[in-house]
Amino acid sequence: MFATTKWIGAALAEPEPAAAPAARAVERRPAPGAAGASAALEGVSLEYDGATVLEDVSIDVAPGEALCLVGPSGGGKSTILNLLAGLVRPTRGRVLFDGVPVSGPGPERAVVFQDAALFPWLTLEKNIAFPLEVAGVAPAARAERVDELLRLVHLSRFRASFPHELSGGMRQRGAIARALATRPRMILFDEPFAALDGQMRELLQGEVERIVRASRTTMVFVTHAIDEAVRLGDRVVLIGTRPGRVIGEVHVDLPRPRRGALGGTRTALGGASVEDVQAVRIAQRIADEIRAEVDKVAREEADGAWGSSSGPDGGDPRRHLGRGI
Amino acid sequence: MLVSAIRLVVGYAIALAIGVPLGLVLARVPSVKRALGPLLLGLSSVPSICWLPLAIVWFGLSEAAIQVVIVLGAALPVTLATESAVRQLPPTIERAARTMGATGPTLLFRVLLAAALPGIVTGAKMGFTFALRSLMAGELLFVSGGLGQLLETGRDLADTALVLGVVVVIVLLSRASERVLFGPVERLVARRWGTAVP
Repeated sequence: MFATTKWIGAALAEPEPAAAPAARAVERRPAPGAAGASAALEGVSLEYDGATVLEDVSIDVAPGEALCLVGPSGGGKSTILNLLAGLVRPTRGRVLFDGVPVSGPGPERAVVFQDAALFPWLTLEKNIAFPLEVAGVAPAARAERVDELLRLVHLSRFRASFPHELSGGMRQRGAIARALATRPRMILFDEPFAALDGQMRELLQGEVERIVRASRTTMVFVTHAIDEAVRLGDRVVLIGTRPGRVIGEVHVDLPRPRRGALGGTRTALGGASVEDVQAVRIAQRIADEIRAEVDKVAREEADGAWGSSSGPDGGDPRRHLGRGI
Repeated sequence: MLVSAIRLVVGYAIALAIGVPLGLVLARVPSVKRALGPLLLGLSSVPSICWLPLAIVWFGLSEAAIQVVIVLGAALPVTLATESAVRQLPPTIERAARTMGATGPTLLFRVLLAAALPGIVTGAKMGFTFALRSLMAGELLFVSGGLGQLLETGRDLADTALVLGVVVVIVLLSRASERVLFGPVERLVARRWGTAVP
């Protein structure tokens, strides 16, 4: 299966002459190969209802880069994504896309949501065609692009199905296809695989790596799963919580395509590659760096009682959730 | 009966034409919601027959008076159902649409209205019942042809068989509307939207 997927992915990555008219109608810039755009948050703060959601966040995303945002839930990772998408405006600071301030959402910045957010009243193919229709692509070019995308995510057989007839993994693949439809210059993923089972996540991570890398689009991927971030990101930015802020950054210098989370198991059991070990080390580093934040969230959610009931002797929570765990 | 049916269809169509857009505006424009929301909610508890005196004063004993009563009776439930259907949509639907470049009428009609259709159909069905009730009430009160007048005739002649006969016709009319109109529409919507079949 992977041999064929790679082949299709590679074929689609190249600017195909056959699909050129469609591409031109969708993309405002015809330049092939220059897909990814840069993006930046410059000193962004966001206040909502009197609470500071984000405080002085600055992140640069290079063209074509795969950036992952990791941190405990409720920490403002998704808010950063919404800012980049243009769905939320910053209270202070600037959000730039390709050097230009973001003034609202637009098809050049596609979003894949956690719940897929496919339109339930449209079939899969019509869902994928929707952004093309909005962009004013002619029906023939639209149909061609939809076929191409359905093949890319291996859902050609399910083109006439409604979203509620598909599995969670299929819906997410459909959402990815829909996001790719207008050849966006940046794709934003908002914990897209959080609701899927482990094997499906692993599989879809591979698909994202294959498809998004192949399209050379800039990618910002929000997740709370460290292994996912290490697998997908060129760089992982760690986001602290309350208020949301950048607490660190880790470069992931591993060759692609990468192997998934099972690298940890392989490392433990033997049979791991050098990359597996490196990946585990990077994941470990990230885990260490965000541990304090995770602790903080756990304590706040446990109403201050966190740690006191976690061991027979109660006592200092830092001892029980310390580095050795 | 044909007279009644035409009145019903015309009044109901006007009620839908007013109710659905009004509900959409209420759900989307907060200032309109604040201004009209409580008023409409209050008015919806007024039985439509209460409008008849006003309608007669304004329009006389005419077709228009009955139409007004039907429209007032049916438009409100449709409005309120549309509003709540649009308001209760999962926010990601709209967000997704906006990130795909949908704005203005596309967002409003092709996304929000479409997404809210199951709720709107429920409201429309409710509206039909209200329209039918308003029609009967309106027709009873003055001589105008139609089923209501037939009921009155039955009362004048002390002909209980006629009265019960008309009641049976009304029941059949309502059942028929369910069978040929709302049932199939609801099933289609449920199948496509993946909602529970009522």
